[in-house]
Amino acid sequence: MKTLAELQAIREKMKDSVIMRSGSGNVRAVVGMATCGIAAGARPVLSALVEEVNTLGISDKVTVTQTGCIGICRYEPVVEVFEADKEKVTYVKMTPEKARRVAEEHLKNGKVVEEYTIGAVEK
Amino acid sequence: MIRSHVLICGGTGCTSSGSQKVRERLAEEIKAKGLDEEIKIVQTGCFGLCAMGPVMIVYPEGTFYCRVTPEDIPEIVEEHLLKGRPVERLEYKEGAEKADAAATAAASLSDTNFYKSQMRVALRNCGVINPENIDEYIARDGYMALGKVLTEMTPDDVIQVLLDSGLRGRGGAGFPTGLKWKFAKAYDNDQKYVCCNADEGDPGAFMDRSVLEGDPHAVLEAMTIAGYTIGASQGYIYVRAEYPIAVKRLQIAIDQAKEYGLLGDNILDTGFKFNIELRLGAGAFVCGEETALMTSIEGKRGEPRPRPPFPAEKGLFQKPSILNNVETWANIPQIILNGPEWFAGIGTEKSKGTKVFALGGKINHTGLVEIPMGTPLRKVIEEIGGGIPNGKKFKAAQTGGPSGGCIPASLIDTPMDYDSLLAIGSMMGSGGLIVMDEDNCMVDIAKFFLQFTVDESCGKCTPCRIGTKRLLEMLEKITSGKGTLEDLDKMEDLCYYIKANALCGLGQTAPNPVLSTLRYFRDEYEAHVVEKRCPAGVCKALMKYTVDKEKCIGCGLCMKNCPVSAISRTDYTAPGHKLASVEIDQDKCIKCGLCMSNCKFSAISKK
Repeated sequence: MKTLAELQAIREKMKDSVIMRSGSGNVRAVVGMATCGIAAGARPVLSALVEEVNTLGISDKVTVTQTGCIGICRYEPVVEVFEADKEKVTYVKMTPEKARRVAEEHLKNGKVVEEYTIGAVEK
Repeated sequence: MIRSHVLICGGTGCTSSGSQKVRERLAEEIKAKGLDEEIKIVQTGCFGLCAMGPVMIVYPEGTFYCRVTPEDIPEIVEEHLLKGRPVERLEYKEGAEKADAAATAAASLSDTNFYKSQMRVALRNCGVINPENIDEYIARDGYMALGKVLTEMTPDDVIQVLLDSGLRGRGGAGFPTGLKWKFAKAYDNDQKYVCCNADEGDPGAFMDRSVLEGDPHAVLEAMTIAGYTIGASQGYIYVRAEYPIAVKRLQIAIDQAKEYGLLGDNILDTGFKFNIELRLGAGAFVCGEETALMTSIEGKRGEPRPRPPFPAEKGLFQKPSILNNVETWANIPQIILNGPEWFAGIGTEKSKGTKVFALGGKINHTGLVEIPMGTPLRKVIEEIGGGIPNGKKFKAAQTGGPSGGCIPASLIDTPMDYDSLLAIGSMMGSGGLIVMDEDNCMVDIAKFFLQFTVDESCGKCTPCRIGTKRLLEMLEKITSGKGTLEDLDKMEDLCYYIKANALCGLGQTAPNPVLSTLRYFRDEYEAHVVEKRCPAGVCKALMKYTVDKEKCIGCGLCMKNCPVSAISRTDYTAPGHKLASVEIDQDKCIKCGLCMSNCKFSAISKK
């Protein structure tokens, strides 16, 4: 037997699991998952990103998805972050650790992690 | 950690086009690729686009795949789920069903012509949640309306909210739901009942089935709210036994709700008691009529009885009862949560909210749509429905099944609401919408529906049992070329007689298809009677196959194929050909049309 409070607790707990289906996230983090990306280790990066976004409780705002080859295979794994009205940010040579930092600083707090971006690496 | 949800439709439409095999294959493939910790497969209810089934949608991207076969699965898993490259050839493309239109992949599901004008209230969870998982329903605010009602509202508050919302019964008649509940509450009794009419029987209608299959908890929640409001502790859902998936999911939902204490003796720890049981209908159309339905739940032969007394006073087991249709129920939790003003803001002045229609017949997007009341029929046919297949012309649409009437092409801009449809001699009905093109004969359509009511008449009252039979005989006389103009007048008289004298809704509405086709397509009836001709070329007895002797090269293919040897050679040989052309013996011809479909020179035509 459940009380109304318990029911609300279930709702809060389950909400994150169905929110993905509303496609409401206005920030999109896209991981390059072509053969080159997978070979360079994109799978753990993707998993880390998904996990961190959920832990931080921002899954209603952020959509994590994959894409094919972006064309800069030497920089894989690549994560691109798209936000409405903002310029796209491209992170390169990512690792699970870097991904977690990007999730916390950029996706949650809106501050771009400059040192991982393609601009910083190409210099 | 789950990063992607793959939703596969498990409604009846997609199940019959093979979605179960697709789902099994997907589960195997995901496991084989080691993705089972990252990707979740969810079986949902109907998405609506049944014509393109089995359908599948991948989130978070929202990629919509259609007509997926088990053979496509390895490619989807490898390319999309693993590498993130959607499989373009399987994506839903706007206009793909039309050969002439340039097909473009839809950017997002909600931008497609099929979905963009829809508004999903009753179907809000269909195709979104797993109907066999109560937690997913709760995650989408499920049972919150019940919680609000039990803790913050009095029964009178609930009735007032329903009255203010303007909700009218979705089963077809359009009686205000709040009023129905108010009457039932007013009668004092130690026992009252709440019933759900899920005996959907109109040919071509599947709105209620889809709600039950896709969102069964919404119906349970609303019925529980009704129990609290009118003071009932027992509910019955009368559902067709021909809906096995709906029955199964309803039972699962009832069991889960009991386990969570959302049904039972002490709901949400408030002391309120309510239970729901299923009753399976044995397939009689008349049991969709409220008094017959209640008689059938009582275990007796499903026959209607005269009203008054109305069920609100003496219904099931002679106790005060309410009966609402599945779609009506599905609207109620949303009205409680979002407020009556929200609901009253949708639709037209006298028809509030949305209506679900089952689109069928000569239409590209066969499926399930939910639109705000008052949406013009043109939008439903041309935009949402994707138009008529093979470039044919729209002729008419039948609403309300065998109880309704047709809307001719000249009235295609009619708003779809209760009163506008009644004004043109049709009715809203439960939501079946059958589209007809120029190849449909309206006399034949009327005959089809009459045949249905004759079969389904329970036989209790004479106007219905004998009247509909006589009506059908007149229609048969007309379609076989033996009708007279006098028959048309007699038929009309009989229609009004049956309407005025039949005992229940079945008989009272049975003549509607005849009356409305007579009203809008009298010229077609007259062509059958006076010219002995069926303009659409449907009524066999009035058709004649003839050979164009100049075109015929005398190959003899038609002679070989004719099952009754009605074709023989003539003395005439067309210029430039070596063999004599042929002719058809009209007395022997059974009008099967095989000669015409086999002729390679289009030398045979039908008139």
